[in-house]
Amino acid sequence: MLAYLIRRLFAAAVMLVVIILVVFGIFFLVPKWAGVDIASSFVGKQADPAAVEAVRQKLGLSDPIYAQVWEFFKGIFAGRTYAAGGDVTHCSAPCFGYSFRSEQAIWPVLTDRFPVTLGLALGAAVLWLIFGIAAGVLSALKRGSIWDRGAMVVALSGVSLPIYFTGLLSLSVFVFGLGWFDGQYTPLEESFTGWFGGMILPWITLAFLYAAMYARITRATMLEILGEDYIRTARAKGLKEQTVIGKHAMRSTMTPILTMLGMDLGALIGGAILTETTFNLPGLGQAVLNAIKNQDLPVILGVTLITSLAVLIANLVVDVLYAVIDPRVRLA
Amino acid sequence: MTELSKTGAALGEPTGTSPAPTSFLEVRDLKVHFPTDDGLVKSVDGLSFQLEKGKTLGIVGESGSGKSVTSLGIMGLHTAGQYGKRKAQISGEIWLNGTELLSADPDHVRKLRGRDMAMIFQDPLSALHPYYTIGHQIVEAYRIHHKVDKKTAKRRAVEMLDRVGIPQPDKRVDSYPHEFSGGMRQRAMIAMSLVNNPELLIADEPTTALDVTVQAQILDLIRDLQKEFGSAVIIITHDLGVVAELADDILVMYGGRCVERGPAEKVFYEPRHPYTWGLLGSMPRLDREQQERLIPVKGSPPSLINVPSGCAFNPRCPYADVPKDNVTRTVRPELSEVGSRHWAACHMTQEQRERIWTEEIAPKL
Repeated sequence: MLAYLIRRLFAAAVMLVVIILVVFGIFFLVPKWAGVDIASSFVGKQADPAAVEAVRQKLGLSDPIYAQVWEFFKGIFAGRTYAAGGDVTHCSAPCFGYSFRSEQAIWPVLTDRFPVTLGLALGAAVLWLIFGIAAGVLSALKRGSIWDRGAMVVALSGVSLPIYFTGLLSLSVFVFGLGWFDGQYTPLEESFTGWFGGMILPWITLAFLYAAMYARITRATMLEILGEDYIRTARAKGLKEQTVIGKHAMRSTMTPILTMLGMDLGALIGGAILTETTFNLPGLGQAVLNAIKNQDLPVILGVTLITSLAVLIANLVVDVLYAVIDPRVRLA
Repeated sequence: MTELSKTGAALGEPTGTSPAPTSFLEVRDLKVHFPTDDGLVKSVDGLSFQLEKGKTLGIVGESGSGKSVTSLGIMGLHTAGQYGKRKAQISGEIWLNGTELLSADPDHVRKLRGRDMAMIFQDPLSALHPYYTIGHQIVEAYRIHHKVDKKTAKRRAVEMLDRVGIPQPDKRVDSYPHEFSGGMRQRAMIAMSLVNNPELLIADEPTTALDVTVQAQILDLIRDLQKEFGSAVIIITHDLGVVAELADDILVMYGGRCVERGPAEKVFYEPRHPYTWGLLGSMPRLDREQQERLIPVKGSPPSLINVPSGCAFNPRCPYADVPKDNVTRTVRPELSEVGSRHWAACHMTQEQRERIWTEEIAPKL
């Protein structure tokens, strides 16, 4: 188990380096080869030539590529200093880039917004795991019944209906119609109840989509597992039906669900753009959307990095959980 | 098929007018039918037999002859895992130690499972849960039926692993099934089945998934354990070699019914059904100096939805035209006594069968 953990951590570290290199490539090398002036796209199209030249110097765009990579790399772990003549800007570690337009480091912007997105993703995940798995298991056990068909129709609509439909619908009913919620985001530090009240609708909206997917995968996996020989063995031992399902079958059903959860959580933490936009939540997704609208390249770069990191960490956690559940994985 | 559905009779009381059982295990007119979109699959269609404690019954037949369904029916597992599908229908009587299982409360039957009757499955790799240690699974099997703490149960698990010949049982008890070899896994499976000293042990093709070298060891183990515990054993197989080694009685199944039943030596040396002849003819033998080519049973097993009318074996039987008036194709033969405790279901007369066996079949084997 320990050897497995060390292998996983090592692999994650290697992945981290690869991710940083690829992100660097996307933002610095590809535009260069394509003949785009990187400095001006970092400053913004309307900037004056002097400012563009200053950014070019600060980013060291005239330096050899290995030096640029090194600076980029160093910035993330040790911080870096942007200097052009007497104009010196420091970006402390972890330096995920610097927005020359708004004259601020990206990392604090991201950390401000990160808790919002994290809260949204985790809260929704709790909801969709509870309801998705419960609905999936019940559907599998009552296959072909009214309940099964009904649940699968709801699941199908959950998968098919876009967030901006279900989100706007819930807003217009519960906020504008019934007035149950005020539709405002309150940070957790200010008031727990305010935060909770503001997150309920986004959670439900997001969870509806994912619960539908999880219900379907749970149902399919559960049906497959229930046909396994070891489930018959469990019954042959004289185990009660609830133990057969709740222990023996459930444990095996968790494996694909965990795999999916790792991917989904990672992707959501990188920004639930639609949900955040619909409910006006100041999260990462909204930040990246604004950055794209304003062509604020450093912010996009920062969000790209943090998204990759989130996927990496989520997958690392899933890998470890996976090994806890399935002893065979520890050998791999 | 309403006549097949059971009404919940009181626990252990004889249903209808049937006499009380005299044997430890008595199966009477067992039918297990599965409704499907294509029709009713009659996997087991009227099977009766008795088994005493300390004795071994070998049930032999091709795939799809109803052997495994019979064992699942006895264990009460024929409907297990059929979520939302149309449920299997079972009828007849299964008397275990004076209790009729089909009319008994399902929760009572559940408590008998694993304690009074246990089962060994064909493929121990898929029959053991891959995520739990061998020890955990044995401990679980023990603690369902014994109110003991985990430590005591684990000691019992180690003891059982030692008994079935697993080296270093105190270490291996914490291994996972994938860390065992095939033979070791089957030993662990046997240890798990026997942990509660069941009086009836059903082994469903216990050696089919194993290496030939390990097969004999496992069969020896089953025989030794049976002597030790005095259990009744049903061994289900398509391999006549396996039953030759273990069984006191043999029951040959074809198309969901019994075609021949009797003491092992009778069925081997004086078989009275053409299908049994076919099975013997297709079995490789090393104990004969000169053997002609194996004689396969021509054709394929019958559909259990449209069982051939008359004798189910008639389309494949080389002697189907021996009885007069096309009777093999119109009338289903019932079991009739052909010797002491020896029955066969065939339309040919005793004399015809004796002559064919001694003149045509036996010399070729």
